[in-house]
Amino acid sequence: MKPIDLKNQIRARKRYDALFGVLGLLALMIGVLTFCALFADMAIKGMGRVDWDFFTSFPSRHPGQAGILSAWVGSTLVMLVTAFFAVPLGVAAGVYLEEYARKNWVTDLIEINITNLAGVPSIVYGLLALGLFVYQFGFGQSILSAGLTLALLILPVVIVATREAIRSIPQAIREGSYALGATQWQTVRYHILPYSSAGILTGIIIGMARAIGETAPIITIGALTFIAFLPPAPVSAQPPFLSFEWLVSPFTVMPIQMFNWTSRPEAAFQVNAAAAGFVLVIMTLAMNGLAIWLRYRLRRNIKW
Amino acid sequence: MSAPDMQMTATLAPKADVKGLDFYYGDYRALNSISMPVYERQVTALIGPSGCGKSTFLRCFNRLHDLYPGNRYAGEIVLHPDNTNLLSAEVDPIEVRMRIGMVFQKPNPFPKSIFENVAYGLRVRGETSRRRIEEKVEQALADAALIGEVRNRMHEPAYNLSGGQQQRLCIARALATDPELLLFDEPTSALDPIATASIEELIHDLKERVTILIVTHNMQQAARVSDFTAYMYLGEMIEFGVTDELFIKPAKKQTEDYITGRFG
Repeated sequence: MKPIDLKNQIRARKRYDALFGVLGLLALMIGVLTFCALFADMAIKGMGRVDWDFFTSFPSRHPGQAGILSAWVGSTLVMLVTAFFAVPLGVAAGVYLEEYARKNWVTDLIEINITNLAGVPSIVYGLLALGLFVYQFGFGQSILSAGLTLALLILPVVIVATREAIRSIPQAIREGSYALGATQWQTVRYHILPYSSAGILTGIIIGMARAIGETAPIITIGALTFIAFLPPAPVSAQPPFLSFEWLVSPFTVMPIQMFNWTSRPEAAFQVNAAAAGFVLVIMTLAMNGLAIWLRYRLRRNIKW
Repeated sequence: MSAPDMQMTATLAPKADVKGLDFYYGDYRALNSISMPVYERQVTALIGPSGCGKSTFLRCFNRLHDLYPGNRYAGEIVLHPDNTNLLSAEVDPIEVRMRIGMVFQKPNPFPKSIFENVAYGLRVRGETSRRRIEEKVEQALADAALIGEVRNRMHEPAYNLSGGQQQRLCIARALATDPELLLFDEPTSALDPIATASIEELIHDLKERVTILIVTHNMQQAARVSDFTAYMYLGEMIEFGVTDELFIKPAKKQTEDYITGRFG
């Protein structure tokens, strides 16, 4: 090939290179810009409503006085219950599957099922919870039922994240531990869990960020859409100091409060909905930010 | 063994005796009726071409194969002085690994501090006295000829050390629990020549207090560090003898072909 032909040929090939670059950027921008536009629209509409009173007021018939107090308290308490159940169950299950379980067809079957569970529509979890937690176990339309439902929903996410994190630990580290006479539990306790904690935490937080925005299963189990009281406080000045009554209290959560406001005819409530949406997105972003920061912090000291 | 071999070994006590050892990965037979002694406070080298089973053989000594399903041993490895058959189903592999230390091919320090790496074996054994742990760690690092380089940075992460230092840290980690037998699986294959020389020197010094079994793909290394050498091929023990004898006057044609570089 003559040098001039070679140059032309390279130029022709590079045109496709550039073309794909442009296409890829376009594809990315469609997603990013759509989100930015939605978020900006919501922020512009709702920002004016986001002030101290908005966080400390109950919902009201008067849009100007309505706030998200019961919603964010409800969301926080539900998340606490979700984390309390999903984290130990998910991490223990993940560790068991990676470190203890024999690799055979039963393990394979369980694996396939967990992956599938992650894809089950959340409304199905809501129906299961309605039958099981609300009626069968008699937990009622409570924070406990909601927390358990969301815990079930994110359990596969936590298990999968735990397994991925554990799998990235080199076998040489395990062999090094066993060769010193460590038991399986000592190896898990001193090596596997500490070295995978960054990945596990990231998985947990991403699961929680998903759970906090879930609406369908919470509506299914019967969260209230208008609630003007708080659950009983978990701590008090009088003995016995600790109370778990809040667990069985009725509640609402952020996305339901939003949903309620968007379905009102008055335009002023739409503004409230935008404001609540803005707060919810900020909460989710903050959780994801925390996940990134934790991963960075915890991974800094782990190299092999 | 030839006559001079017999003379030399007459005064030595075996630390371990391998008797008719077979090893299977599933249905595949990787080791075929291996028998040999491992003499106390001597360095025994295992040489042979890649895939001959020398690492597989080494990992039988601390039952590391038990970590994976489908592996099976037959025959015996008898550890003296108590005549325990390491491969017996009644013997807990954890007990075996508490008595026999191992240093791996690639330095594998834990992503913890230098101090915690060496202390780990003691912690696993339930040692809680801070003073005793500190003493042991210091002693082990001294025995591994590393203490001078790390005395003032004990609580820094181990991965800040160079490759050679990391491998000496792994040796210190194994020494901290006073093993009766120390296994080395090609300990210098990931190291540069200078670090290799320091590890070899260390192995030479260590045989004063611990019996050593070392796998190496480097014949010069075997000649330099070992007192006894075993040549393996295709899962079989072809020849075992005093290192000098085996390298100068191998009894078997196969061994001669390998060490002269005509094969392997």
